[in-house]
Amino acid sequence: MAIKKFAFVVKSLPYKTEASRLALTHAIASQTVEIYLEDGENVEPVVAFIGDGVLNCLKNQKSMNTYGVTSNEQHLKNSLLLDLRVLICKEDIDKFGISEDALIMDAEDIGGETRARVVPFSEIMQEMDSASHLLFF
Amino acid sequence: MGKLTLGVFSSLVGSLSMDFAVKLSEAAVKKGHKVDFWVSGNGTMLSKKAQRAFKDYSALEKKLQELFATGNFQATACEACAEARGYRKEDTMEGWQRHSMDWYLASCFSADKVLHIGGD
Repeated sequence: MAIKKFAFVVKSLPYKTEASRLALTHAIASQTVEIYLEDGENVEPVVAFIGDGVLNCLKNQKSMNTYGVTSNEQHLKNSLLLDLRVLICKEDIDKFGISEDALIMDAEDIGGETRARVVPFSEIMQEMDSASHLLFF
Repeated sequence: MGKLTLGVFSSLVGSLSMDFAVKLSEAAVKKGHKVDFWVSGNGTMLSKKAQRAFKDYSALEKKLQELFATGNFQATACEACAEARGYRKEDTMEGWQRHSMDWYLASCFSADKVLHIGGD
């Protein structure tokens, strides 16, 4: 049985480029990767938002109203609905003066049970250290 | 010999990231390694056939055809990313596959090394 951890590290601003959206869609794709793998093999994704990337986690994104495209908020909630582990860097939200109340911490409104966690950067480093592959977006 | 998986998210034109990734693939294949090459987002532009080779812009179609011919290089484009940009299956360069993003993760799973080259 081989499980490999992939760390999806999001450091890009939301909407300025497609990068953070692609991070979430690739992480969500881990839910169907088994079709290509042998029995007992799987990918364990962890998504970590650092630096400017923490701005992807702000609540009340309006991209559907403004541009007619899905928001990163919706993708983040889908990630939580699928029980992906989502980490948000504490030092970086402090740097921006963002409180946890302003962040998407759960997907309860769509039936999700898993919560995002605000953690110190040292914990994100530990996740990166223990990952088989790092994917920076 | 090992397997290298490259994920490239930059467009063909606009930076030299794609040129670097293809050059790296050439070097790896020449050393006897296998290369899986994934393009997502603007990177899917690389899979578009009938690119015209101007000297002012990157032109990689010929190099890709040479890589495909080695049998040790496979390239796959994110199908949704390509379709969103109007690149249909019939517009895709010979040799390319199109799959969803889970293909990339599976390729990373079995790779000895992964190099993920972000977009713009």
